[in-house]
Amino acid sequence: MTALLTIIVLVFILIAIWQMVKIFDLAQAKNESSTSGVATDKDNTINGYLMMGFLAFIYIITIVSFVKWGDLPLMSNSASEHGPTIDNLMIISMVIIFFVQTVTQFLLHYFAYKYKGEKGKKALFFADNNKLEAIWTIIPVIVLAGLIIYGLSTWINIMGVDESDDPLVVELYAQQFNWKARYGGADNTLGKANVRLIDIDRANILGLDESDPNAQDDIITTELHLPVGRPVLFKMRSQDVLHSAYMPHFRAQMNCVPGMITQFGFTPTVTTSEMRETPQMIEKIQNINNIRVEKSKKLVAKGEDALERYEFDYLLLCNKICGKSHYNMQMKIVVETQEEYDAWIAEQKEFKNSLVN
Amino acid sequence: MSAHADNHAHDDDHGHHHKETFVTKYIFSQDHKMIAKQYLITGTIMGVIGVLMSMMFRMQIAWPEEPNVLFEALLGKWAPDGVMDADIYLALVTIHGTIMVFFVLTAGLSGTFSNLLIPLQIGARDMASGFLNMVSYWLFFLSSVIMVISLFVEAGPAAAGWTIYPPLSALPLAQGGSGMGMTLWLVSMAIFIASSLLGSLNYVVTVINLRTKGMSMTRLPLTIWAFFVTAVIGIISFPVLLSAALLLIMDRSFGTSFFLSDIFIQGEVLHYQGGSPVLFEHLFWFLGHPEVYIVILPAMGLVSEIMASNSRKPIFGYRAMIASILAIAFLSTIVWGHHMFISGMNPFLGSVFTFTTLLIAIPSAVKAFNWITTLWKGNLQMNPAMLFSIGFVSTFITGGLTGIILGDSALDINVHDTYFVVAHFHLVMGISALYGMFAGIYHWYPRMFGRMLNKNLGYIHFWVTAVCAYGVFFPMHFIGMAGLPRRYYTNSNFPLFDDTANANVIITMFALVGGVVQIVYLYNFFASIFYGKKAVQNPWKSTTLEWTAPVEHMHGNWPGEIPHVHRWAYDYSKPGHDVDFVPQNIPLKEGEEELQH
Repeated sequence: MTALLTIIVLVFILIAIWQMVKIFDLAQAKNESSTSGVATDKDNTINGYLMMGFLAFIYIITIVSFVKWGDLPLMSNSASEHGPTIDNLMIISMVIIFFVQTVTQFLLHYFAYKYKGEKGKKALFFADNNKLEAIWTIIPVIVLAGLIIYGLSTWINIMGVDESDDPLVVELYAQQFNWKARYGGADNTLGKANVRLIDIDRANILGLDESDPNAQDDIITTELHLPVGRPVLFKMRSQDVLHSAYMPHFRAQMNCVPGMITQFGFTPTVTTSEMRETPQMIEKIQNINNIRVEKSKKLVAKGEDALERYEFDYLLLCNKICGKSHYNMQMKIVVETQEEYDAWIAEQKEFKNSLVN
Repeated sequence: MSAHADNHAHDDDHGHHHKETFVTKYIFSQDHKMIAKQYLITGTIMGVIGVLMSMMFRMQIAWPEEPNVLFEALLGKWAPDGVMDADIYLALVTIHGTIMVFFVLTAGLSGTFSNLLIPLQIGARDMASGFLNMVSYWLFFLSSVIMVISLFVEAGPAAAGWTIYPPLSALPLAQGGSGMGMTLWLVSMAIFIASSLLGSLNYVVTVINLRTKGMSMTRLPLTIWAFFVTAVIGIISFPVLLSAALLLIMDRSFGTSFFLSDIFIQGEVLHYQGGSPVLFEHLFWFLGHPEVYIVILPAMGLVSEIMASNSRKPIFGYRAMIASILAIAFLSTIVWGHHMFISGMNPFLGSVFTFTTLLIAIPSAVKAFNWITTLWKGNLQMNPAMLFSIGFVSTFITGGLTGIILGDSALDINVHDTYFVVAHFHLVMGISALYGMFAGIYHWYPRMFGRMLNKNLGYIHFWVTAVCAYGVFFPMHFIGMAGLPRRYYTNSNFPLFDDTANANVIITMFALVGGVVQIVYLYNFFASIFYGKKAVQNPWKSTTLEWTAPVEHMHGNWPGEIPHVHRWAYDYSKPGHDVDFVPQNIPLKEGEEELQH
């Protein structure tokens, strides 16, 4: 039935188009060149003006997007030590991009308007100019050289993990469709592990080597707690398919690859409760909760449950397509003071005590 | 030019037409013009499927898990009570990507215009091998059919993303779509690659050997340069994808471990040992990145040609344009790693790929400035083809600029695989290449079908599409920068992203309007084949050789001798001539100097 209706609607649209064309053609029948399918002076003029209109549209959509969604981007609320350097580079790149965008779009559309065709006019025969070519080769070279140097130094700083400042070692373990975290325990050393050692019956879910002394005090959790100000070195593993550990607030991401261990390190600088108190976050959360209240009204009207009030938490998301429930593969991250962290970790079970015999 | 000797061998053909049956003329044709039309129409049908899919998953993103009559009608068992299933969402995203990149923008674009224009613009009777050309099309057709069949298999079509990264794509246990659906996907792509290689070899050989007398490489229209270089990149990179596909087939079916190691899934340890998914990523992107240039270079060529013709001006910086095509082609083969900054490969490699990637901005910038300068002081004829060409430059700049962010490994960390990437590549290679393709269709339609497209419908088509394209992809950058990952069936499990929901609704609205308005184009395209106004021989007053051939298609393209070439392709508004264009086959006047290009 719906299919039939859709077809009928489509047929009507086609008939409407056909009729519109006939009207256009009849209106222009007197003028031979206007029905030939080639643009006339009138077409050139109309489309020339439309080009200026389109330029305005591009500028307007840029401004509207910034006003409406400009506060969405994660650009000022980074919670890791290296975050501000990425944000800085991002802002510099954005400024360059918007400058170039504004100027080139203007030239393109303005020329399209200014030089719209007229019968009898002749274009300028201007085929080549080495000076111009040199200018717009060299300027991008200089700008890009700057960006490359800045970008590479940032990249090397982020990726080069300094093991000498005693980072907290945490394993992020991915599987369809959830995350686990493994801490090294008192020795801060992760025990050996391989998926072949997984023994579900004994609750050895991450495949730790039970004979490895380093593994005995390892702690496996479903929440990721990090002490503020201490460097963390993540070792990532996956047991089935590719996943990606994405922690947007920390400007951190690395794929989890079955068969190899990948790594990423950063230092969290803002605790969860501090982040919740920043004016920006308060505003953002307020906005989100307003949206949720509106949505809840509709849900309640339909007889469903209202949405819960949202409170901010850092998140670890899966950001590499991994199967059906990819869209719901997440883990809460809590950044807290060293004391809070110590208290929390003390409550967790060590590996040797978590096994079922 | 020794090439023209070969052409003389064909000269006996003209005059007496071969008796052709319906089958040899319309189906198993070896004539490049018919094959071009076959490519175009097959590509169009695949395009309709691809766009329809995108409209469906956009509706799911905007109104997650809400019943939709369209889903119920089109998805059947995959949308119980009209609610889209999460598996089919991923399948739609996957097949949309595959169809648009390969079947529409590679075969549909390059296949159509390389076939149509290479012989006509270089002055050849046909492709070097008409038979291989025919085989190439029919392999493409076969791969299209297999891809469409894969939509109907029991466990669903391939759903691992168009990049089909293993292990997800290798293990039916990981995902329903990785069973029969993925097998058919791989078979279809293997055949597609064979088709593409046969086509590319033919293009390269034809351009090198069959140019008419006087058609030196530096007198070639930029279209031919673009098709030629595209074919070379295809020959270099497509075989690597074929090897990746074959190795994946072996992992899937014969128990090898090229890409798999240490896997525990659904309660069992699999036997795979020693392979690496990262290896697959390298092989895939060794094609995958050149592929985006395989898509965009032909569009650039078409746009250069159309802009010059409609500006009534020579293309600015012809030599710089060729140099930048070559530079882009070279660089395109050494930047694939920028898709893998956070794949787990050595960070030092990331530095190297950042460097090469950002270098590509330089030839791209040169091209953009040259197009803009081509418009300067022109006498612009605002035909629909010209509008799409200007639109191309606009979206190419907007989309290309954000490449500076994504190519920078440090910045990629935080926007990798978010909607920022989706916005970037759709503008810079999706929409741009599509505009290039539309521009080409509006411009060469009279050459293909002997009739004109309706220009008023063309104007409606362009302006609505142009507004919608920006309406879809501009806001998308912002939700990407907000950290929203791509390929999420719904974002409702993340209250953090609730404030992106309204942007997603607006994007979907624009996408739906933009999708529906393509009906105007489809109507125009198919109705004009029969009812369009009869075309004259050279409707746009262009200089290139295809417009010296008669409107009626004939085997061998020209009755009598093939025209000889005496000048470059861009003598528009040349001083000393009464008309504002001088076709390539007109000899230089006495005392006239050919520009030294």
